[in-house]
Amino acid sequence: MNLLIKNARVIDPASQTDRPMDVLVEGEKIVEIGNGIPESRVGPSPSESEPGGSSFPGRRVIDGTGKVLVPGLIDMHCHLREPGFEYKETLESGSRAGAAGGYTSLACMANTLPVNDTRAVTEYILRQARGRALIHIFPIGAVTKALEGESLAEMGELKEAGVVALSDDGKPFVNAGLFRRALEYAKGFGLTIISHCEDPNLTGQGVMNEGFVSTTLGLRGIPNAAEEVMVLRDIALSELTGARIHFAHISTAGSVRAVRDGKARGVKVTAETAPHYFSLTDEAVRGFDPNAKMNPPLRTAKDVAAIIAGLKDGTLDAIATDHAPQTSIEKDVEFDYAANGIIGLETALPLTLKLVEDGHLTLVEAIGKLTVYPARILGLSKGVIQVGEDADLTLIDLNLQRVVEVSQFKSKSRNSPFQGWKLKGFAVMTIVAGRIVYHAPELS
Amino acid sequence: MADYEGRSAGRGPSGKPLLGLAGKDILGIQEMGLGEIELILDTAESFKEVSTREIKKVPTLRGKTVINLFFEASTRTRTSFEIAAKRLSADTINISASSSSVVKGETLIDTAKNLEAMKPDCLVIRHSAAGAPHLLARLMDVPVINAGDGAHEHPTQALLDLFTVREKRGKIAGLKVAIVGDILHSRVARSNIFGFTKMGAEIHLTGPETMRPAEVERLGVRWYPRLEEVVSEVDVIMMLRIQLERQGGGFFPTLREYSRFFGLNLEVLKRARPEVLIMHPGPLNRGVEIAPEVADGPFSVILDQVTNGVAVRMALLYLLTGGEREANRSPS
Repeated sequence: MNLLIKNARVIDPASQTDRPMDVLVEGEKIVEIGNGIPESRVGPSPSESEPGGSSFPGRRVIDGTGKVLVPGLIDMHCHLREPGFEYKETLESGSRAGAAGGYTSLACMANTLPVNDTRAVTEYILRQARGRALIHIFPIGAVTKALEGESLAEMGELKEAGVVALSDDGKPFVNAGLFRRALEYAKGFGLTIISHCEDPNLTGQGVMNEGFVSTTLGLRGIPNAAEEVMVLRDIALSELTGARIHFAHISTAGSVRAVRDGKARGVKVTAETAPHYFSLTDEAVRGFDPNAKMNPPLRTAKDVAAIIAGLKDGTLDAIATDHAPQTSIEKDVEFDYAANGIIGLETALPLTLKLVEDGHLTLVEAIGKLTVYPARILGLSKGVIQVGEDADLTLIDLNLQRVVEVSQFKSKSRNSPFQGWKLKGFAVMTIVAGRIVYHAPELS
Repeated sequence: MADYEGRSAGRGPSGKPLLGLAGKDILGIQEMGLGEIELILDTAESFKEVSTREIKKVPTLRGKTVINLFFEASTRTRTSFEIAAKRLSADTINISASSSSVVKGETLIDTAKNLEAMKPDCLVIRHSAAGAPHLLARLMDVPVINAGDGAHEHPTQALLDLFTVREKRGKIAGLKVAIVGDILHSRVARSNIFGFTKMGAEIHLTGPETMRPAEVERLGVRWYPRLEEVVSEVDVIMMLRIQLERQGGGFFPTLREYSRFFGLNLEVLKRARPEVLIMHPGPLNRGVEIAPEVADGPFSVILDQVTNGVAVRMALLYLLTGGEREANRSPS
């Protein structure tokens, strides 16, 4: 079926486009972008019984006036928990959460059960996703078998099966020698490795950022250096091997500085951060809220400022959610014993748009971090609004305000530190391959 | 947290004594107001006499039930709470981690809710995880007393320390207090830093640099790298227990060296002021952080601390579970 989105402010970071236009979709592709595309181009009038019809029937021409149309958001780092932890999230529920948050593509990490370290698991994920997921699912394979950091996973077959990158996310590569080999081998298959930078000996038994707040609360701290020594090491290994490394969830000022320096020297590294690292500080841990516990931990205001500066100057290429569903079983316990992680798919967009509202990023810059830059890192031909490209599109109402209510989330889990926050700028319609998979209740 | 109408006796115009505590729980000194601390110390003063009677019992909390839920080994604190409750005629039950259902995999919340379902009047909890009492206090209507949570707070210890210093010196404001040793892992240090600072004392910390908490000066204290620099300056020297397991954890090379540089012995004590008070929360590692001659010497108030602990805990149990109706009456 065809769709015409009229008069929306079209943002395409790849071409630095930011102006009101119409976008015509035919089937799964964008076929025309311009002004004054006649409604007659949409084809015959809609019918409620249309086969394979959208969840938003009867709407072929969408009035985008006053709204922003962006490439469908791409989360290059989330945990969808299937297979193995379906009680926390499934490919279906995660995809619903993603769609509601404006995402059209999710790259899911390998720390499932079993770990996505073989072709069979990748194929299982893709098969499950085909039947059930509302949006595109791109599995990320493991670098080492069972994420144990001891021997390489079958990267070649993982690539054949459809992984878009490799990562042992959740666990660092302690053995630099093996990591060097992993980088070299993965490079031969054109796969980027996503590195979770953490020196476990510096982390020790730490459960939050090391600083004044950990001192006050008597919680064991994780110093910034636990992340930074590994970022610095990985930059050296990227130089040694010529392989690309993407840094997951950068959280500290020192890491931003290291990546900036590395990039300036031409090292092939890229980096992401997550919305909580520019929206919260370790002050959120006061009160021992397990939803303020994640790894890396929330840092200080100084780090938040450095993260925002890193996003502004391009040191940090992407904003990823690190969506990590956990249930009350993992979270309603003593802070020391609570599992790490928060969910983020349904709050990432407004939190990112707050950077625009506060004047840190332009809208084009912010949307780029959520679309075309992660797409490029993963080698996906997505994240653009251009003729001939996939019709993955998100319509945003920059002025739509909501009070975050976790019980309304589409995710199966509720572990968000943003409960009760008043946020602005939400996706009101999410279109995947020309199909409307989500529309906001506020959209009449 | 629920609002406990009636218990919150209201902070009157400054200077006026409070009639009750602000919240239903005793979780830490950090959240406690100066007026509350003074109320507790004053109440403890009136209870101290009970322990000197021939019949060491008053009927104040008759019919009340106090549960001591200890997830960490403790002799002194648990016994002190038990005696405090018994001298007020409350019934006490002690549950220790080894005998609890924790080994069966029950969560802390479930354990506590089951206990609450049996209608106790106060839950005293010690736990190795910082914030565990706060978790329970949020979920339960019954008053919760923190008897030590991880490296976070040990409010009743700080209150008995404040009580002891006030008793011996007649005041706290203006005094200089040294806390020596493993500050990083010490809940006693944190609660005392909050407490003594609120009461107008000056806190000086010293210990191995490995045990200096990040940005600790922001708590309004001063750090000294060496014990000798502090000893001659202070009115109170509070030695902290060094966990023997820390040896080998990279915090210091050997107990022998720790003792040489951070232990309090007669040699170091020579530099101290003549009227110095030597304190220790116990249990002592004799010959490690404190020499036997110092622990047993004339400046030591270590056993007074233990005695006062009972009075302070009686005061807390009274204020939390009996104070509502009897706030205006004399406890005995």
